Amino acid sequence: MLDKNGIAQRIAQEVRNGWYVNLGIGIPTLVANYIPSGMEVEFQSENGILGMGPFPMEGDEDADLINAGKQTITAMPGAAYFDSATSFAMIRGQHVQLTVLGAMEVSQNGDIANWKIPGKMVKGMGGAMDLVASAENIIVAMMHTNRAGESKLLSNCSLPLTGVACVRRVVTNLAVLDIRDGAFHLVEVAPGISVEQVVAATAGKLVVPESVPEMQIS
Amino acid sequence: MAISKQVKDVTAACSGVESGMTLMLGGFGLCGIPECSIAELVRLGIQDVTCISNNAGVDDFGLGLLLQQRQIRKMISSYVGENDEFERQMLSGELEVDLIPQGSLAERCRAGGAGIPAFYTPAGYGTEVAAGKEVRDFNGKPHILESALTADFAFVKAWKGDASGNLIFKATARNFNPMMAMAGKITVAEVEELVPEGELDPNSVHTPGIFVQRIFQGSGYEKRIEQRTVQSR
Repeated sequence: MLDKNGIAQRIAQEVRNGWYVNLGIGIPTLVANYIPSGMEVEFQSENGILGMGPFPMEGDEDADLINAGKQTITAMPGAAYFDSATSFAMIRGQHVQLTVLGAMEVSQNGDIANWKIPGKMVKGMGGAMDLVASAENIIVAMMHTNRAGESKLLSNCSLPLTGVACVRRVVTNLAVLDIRDGAFHLVEVAPGISVEQVVAATAGKLVVPESVPEMQIS
Repeated sequence: MAISKQVKDVTAACSGVESGMTLMLGGFGLCGIPECSIAELVRLGIQDVTCISNNAGVDDFGLGLLLQQRQIRKMISSYVGENDEFERQMLSGELEVDLIPQGSLAERCRAGGAGIPAFYTPAGYGTEVAAGKEVRDFNGKPHILESALTADFAFVKAWKGDASGNLIFKATARNFNPMMAMAGKITVAEVEELVPEGELDPNSVHTPGIFVQRIFQGSGYEKRIEQRTVQSR
C-alpha cells in the first residue's frame, strides 16, 4: 500500500517533458518532489505563477509569494507572475497539459466531487471547477477509501459535483485506474496489494484485465 | 499634466462608503489584501455590506475582522476554508454566501470592468453552480452563462503606485487586484510605496491609472503569512 508520497511518486511518472502542470492542494502538491532533474516542466499555481519552485529556505519566506494552498514558495529561473484572469485563461484555454487534484468521490463515468459536504463542510470549489471543466488530462490523487473505510470510487457521486465526466485517471494508495466507457479499469496495483483488495475497496463498476502489473516505485 | 488621484490618507480614501454597499476586495488568502482599507471599514462600522473577495480571510485577520463585527451580509467568494467564524455564520444562515468558481469570479470582475455584460464558460456545468443559468453548446461542449460583477467600491493593494493611479504588483500579491480595480465604480488603491510621478516605467505598469479613482500611501503592513512552509537550512 502506498502512502501519500508514494501516490505522488507514481503520478510524477505521468509527467512528460515540456508540460505545464497544475497541482492541487494536498497530495498533488507532493508530485513536484518527484520530477526527475533535467526534465523541462513548469508548475502553474492558479493564484498567479508559472515556474513555481520549492519551499523557501528558513528566513527567506516572502508573504507576497505563495501557492494556491497559501504556502510560502519560491520562483524558479524563468518564472512569471500574472493576475487571476490570466491564470484561468491558461487553464480554460487548455494551455496547461496536466491537472492533478484531490477528491472526496469519483464516479465510474469520471464525475468528481471535492468541494462540499451539505450541512457539514463547505470550503468552496476554489479553482477546481474551472480546472476540471477545461483540462483534457485530469488525474485524481486520493486515498481509495474514506476514514470510515468506505469506497471513494463509486457508481455515482453522492456529494455535490465539481465536474462531470472529466477525470481520466485515478491514482490511489491501492491502485492506478483509468476511467472510460462508464467504468474504472484497473491498470496497476500498488506494491503488496492484490487485485482482490482493489475489487473489495471499489464500489463502482471495475474492469480487471487478465494480468495486472504492480506499480514500479523506486 | 497628469490627473492626480492621490488622497491624504485611508480616511479620505474611504469617504462615501456606506452600509448596504457592494464592495470588492483584492487578495488571495491573506496575500495582497488591502489591509489599511479593511481596518478603516471596521472602524467606520458600516453594516450589511456585500463583499466580493476570493477568500474571507482568517478568524482574526483580513475580511475575518469584518465578519467578527457582523458587518457582512453576503459574501461572494470561491474558497472560504480557513475561517471558522465564516463557516459558523454560513451554516447558521446569518451570512448569505455565493460560492463561485475562481476562474469565473476573476472573469466576472474583468468583464464588469471591461463592459462585457456576460460570457459563457464551461466551469460549473452539471453542478449546483449552473442552477438557473442558461446553458448553450459551443463546439459540441456545454457552457453556462455567467454575468459580470461590479462594485460600488473596489479596494486593491499594490506594491508601488504613483499619483496618477498607475500600479505595479509584487509576485503573487497581484491575483484579483487588477480585475477588481477595473470593476469598481470607485477604486481605492493602497500602496506600499507611493513614488513620485515619472518614476514608474510605463512599460512595467500592471494596472493603468484610469482604473483607479483614489490612491494613498499605506502604512503598518503586517503581511501575515497563512501557511509558513520552509526548508530548514
